[in-house]
Amino acid sequence: MKLDVADRRLVMATQAGLPLVGQPYKAIAEQLDISAEEVMRRLAAMQAAGVLRRIGAVPNHYALGYRANGMTVWDVADAGVDELGERVGRLAFVSHCYRRPRHLPDWPYNLFAMVHGRDRAEVEAYRTELRAILGPACRAEDVLYSSGILKKTGLRIGG
Amino acid sequence: MELDEVDRRILNALQGGFPICARPYRVAAECLGLSERRLTARLKRLLKERVLTRFGPLYNADRMGGSNVLAAMAVPEADYENVATIVNARPEIAHNYRREHRLNMWFVGAGETPEAVEAAFRQIEAATGLVVYRFPKEREYFVELKLKL
Repeated sequence: MKLDVADRRLVMATQAGLPLVGQPYKAIAEQLDISAEEVMRRLAAMQAAGVLRRIGAVPNHYALGYRANGMTVWDVADAGVDELGERVGRLAFVSHCYRRPRHLPDWPYNLFAMVHGRDRAEVEAYRTELRAILGPACRAEDVLYSSGILKKTGLRIGG
Repeated sequence: MELDEVDRRILNALQGGFPICARPYRVAAECLGLSERRLTARLKRLLKERVLTRFGPLYNADRMGGSNVLAAMAVPEADYENVATIVNARPEIAHNYRREHRLNMWFVGAGETPEAVEAAFRQIEAATGLVVYRFPKEREYFVELKLKL
């Protein structure tokens, strides 16, 4: 979806959150000098196009006790990776799941699944579950734990 | 902060599906058996206590016409801080994480075009003498949002 100027202003005005007032879309509309109907129409269009994934509460995993995040990576046979990737994505403990290119010989992994747990032992237990699901299609695996945030910025939009 | 039963109900029900209508908090509150005021007061507290990162739309940057590419480098420990400074100084770099692996620096390049992101990666390679491994998304698998509390 190609966003126009008004869409982009709406994204910038709402990406940090909705106002906690009775009529939040109207409050945003007033800020942007457009109508509440237009705000709702544009949000609905972005949602239909997948530009807006969802509206709601974005939990802080760390504050909720999910202190370990492991990027699990797997070398899965190309023939089965998409079907298995779909199954892995549906697991409750997986927050992101992607197929990405290998860089042989340094990096044989093509399936990336981000796993959250209260501690590393929980993440390791989830890895065991993933291993069982992937079965013989998986030839090698690893997990990369994060140990520091070096930079984090808000959403930037192109186009 | 200790979550009570009402907090949990709100968190489990409202990770998505917040309505687009004139009084969305009232509609959402009715589904939860709460008053509109009680729901907004609870959300205010959950945000203040940082249980929630935010409450509102979650956008998909990949669908906005721009380009986002995950990348990684194997940085010698002795140079780690210098390299982090060089990488972070580029405005195209949106996130950068240290991870425990030979590839120990993982970042996302974001720009209006794939060429702009690629140019940033090349400049990082030239400035650091290190290889930037590119991991563009080839496919995204559906994930439900389902943190259960």
